[in-house]
Amino acid sequence: MTRIFIPKDIAALAVGANKVAARIEAEAQARRLSVEIIRTGSRGAYFLEPLVEVETAEGRIGYGPVAVSDIGGLFDAGFIDGGAHASRIGKPEEHPFFARQNRLTFARCGIIDPVSLSDYAAHGGWRGLLRAIEIGPAATIAEVTKSGLRGRGGAGFPTGIKWKTVADAPADRRYVVCNFDEGDSGTFADRMIVEGDPFALIEGMTICAVAIGATKGYVYCRSEYPHAAKTFSQALVLAREAGCLGSNIKGSEHTFDIEIRMGAGAYVCGEETALLESLEGKRGIVRAKPPLPAHKGLFQRPTVVNNVLSLVAAPTILDRGAEFYASFGVGRSRGTMPLQIAGNVRYGGLFETAFGLTLGEIVEEIGGGSASGRPVRAVQCGGPLGAYFPRALFDTPFDYEAFAARDGLIGHGGLVIFDDTVDMARMARFAMEFCAVESCGKCTPCRIGSTRGVEVVDRVISGVKTTENIALLEDLCQTMKFGSLCALGGFAPYPVLSALHHFREDFAPPALAAE
Amino acid sequence: MLEASSWNVDRAQEIVNKHLGLEGPMLPILHALQEEFGYVGAEAAPLIAQALNLSRAEVHGVITFYHDFRHELAGRHILKLCRGEACQSMGSEELARDLLVKLGIDWHGRTQDGELTVEPVYCLGLCASSPSALLDGEPIARLDAATLAEAIDEARGL
Repeated sequence: MTRIFIPKDIAALAVGANKVAARIEAEAQARRLSVEIIRTGSRGAYFLEPLVEVETAEGRIGYGPVAVSDIGGLFDAGFIDGGAHASRIGKPEEHPFFARQNRLTFARCGIIDPVSLSDYAAHGGWRGLLRAIEIGPAATIAEVTKSGLRGRGGAGFPTGIKWKTVADAPADRRYVVCNFDEGDSGTFADRMIVEGDPFALIEGMTICAVAIGATKGYVYCRSEYPHAAKTFSQALVLAREAGCLGSNIKGSEHTFDIEIRMGAGAYVCGEETALLESLEGKRGIVRAKPPLPAHKGLFQRPTVVNNVLSLVAAPTILDRGAEFYASFGVGRSRGTMPLQIAGNVRYGGLFETAFGLTLGEIVEEIGGGSASGRPVRAVQCGGPLGAYFPRALFDTPFDYEAFAARDGLIGHGGLVIFDDTVDMARMARFAMEFCAVESCGKCTPCRIGSTRGVEVVDRVISGVKTTENIALLEDLCQTMKFGSLCALGGFAPYPVLSALHHFREDFAPPALAAE
Repeated sequence: MLEASSWNVDRAQEIVNKHLGLEGPMLPILHALQEEFGYVGAEAAPLIAQALNLSRAEVHGVITFYHDFRHELAGRHILKLCRGEACQSMGSEELARDLLVKLGIDWHGRTQDGELTVEPVYCLGLCASSPSALLDGEPIARLDAATLAEAIDEARGL
């Protein structure tokens, strides 16, 4: 019996993984070969998907990308014994895309069956939770604080301090809320880990619950991720059956359960207070802070709202220790960050690494430049509210402070690459248009500023009083930046201003471009 | 694509009642209604308002805030085409424009034969395999005009 591993991550399905799996099964049957097909998450090398792996005496051997039409040839080449073929990549972990990574958070992703409890336990699962139960809440929080983990959703707030604030707030009940409203274009790390290793999120949330004394947790999943929601729901049922959720978790006195809730297509609900409003069943309108959600969050109770990646980092920190986690990274950016290399790029995918690589290394060396083969012109870092970086800033190291120093943000770690055919004035217009579509409407700079922003960019593009309108646009951006209540209106100026400053030539009609 | 059933007050009430034990049941109710009937019509608001002890205006406010909730029946097939920046970097805007022109509709529009509704979506998390879309909930990626047309024809059984 040969074991064959084929991803069922949605990005693999989108390029035909199910058809490939069905064909391999049929072909094996026709050839009277005994194979067992195991569906995994994705390892994250999306340029290799569908990536098929076979278990051989020397380990797992990968073939990718595999098309249905390749399968006859693969069997002819003896791929189930690791035979030579044009699509053979050897051992995936030795492939250049993986060899340079530090897989902590994504260690199991793409390797195990996501909804197999025995796989999870065999690959180090639950060890972090058991240690948290053993050392108790205060020591657990101290461990997370010492690891230097900062919120991976984008704001970068120290996770341990947030947990301590909630733990110290007097209340009849507290909540853990996982922000799985991963709306930024160019990001897919949350989706990938929930599809590929959902028990890790359950473990991370349970560690948090033990630390802060919560009995109920919610995962707020965006509705654009139905596939991930299905996998996670399956995992919840299995975890409950196994005593990893519910009463007396893992034999302790702790009680905790998780419910998954679907968003409804509002980007602003990725902002934590809008998310809480939405969970409560209201319009997803941003709350004024204070009070912080840590004091008055869901249903006015102290609430930890953490991104998926922050919560999924907790099991590693508890299991392997704060010093181990903090030994990765630079300055105040400790640990690893899953970079999501996306857009017009040759080797797109998820690359988990310690902080500190330069933008140029990420784009050119790891990403291999553009997919189109044309020169890379711009990289948008940190989602639709992130700045566009030109080649001149490719020496910027990937960490929170270095990006902030250059008027950018790393956000949730998404990098969208554009080649030289991009029209940056159009991208600036899109940023304003997106903000207008998604604004919750609570504060004026965002609600009205974004619509006026589209109009002003339109005037610039059509060459109406270009200089005056560019000045007006800059002024509007300052108002939005400093006058908006949350990051939607506050950060929408980043893509606009960065496009304007670094790619000014795109904002003048052709006749004036030379001036 | 599942056929949506037509509006039925008793069935709707049943769906609402089933969710009343939840904390913050509003969104689960709206999702369940849309799944059953294909949209959340004006008839739903008074029902939910009564059950949750809210005003109709509050319920209407929630329904209209979220992009997902349709106010009328969509086409038999639904294409959610991504407009995120990653997809744009691979030509999704041109792809969408050409498709909409070909179908003779705008975003959110339904083709005259009632077969297909095209909706914009801002990121499906398939950003390293752009351009991408969900067609009746099934993911498709690395699209171009030909593969997109092929997928639509296949869904429609053409």
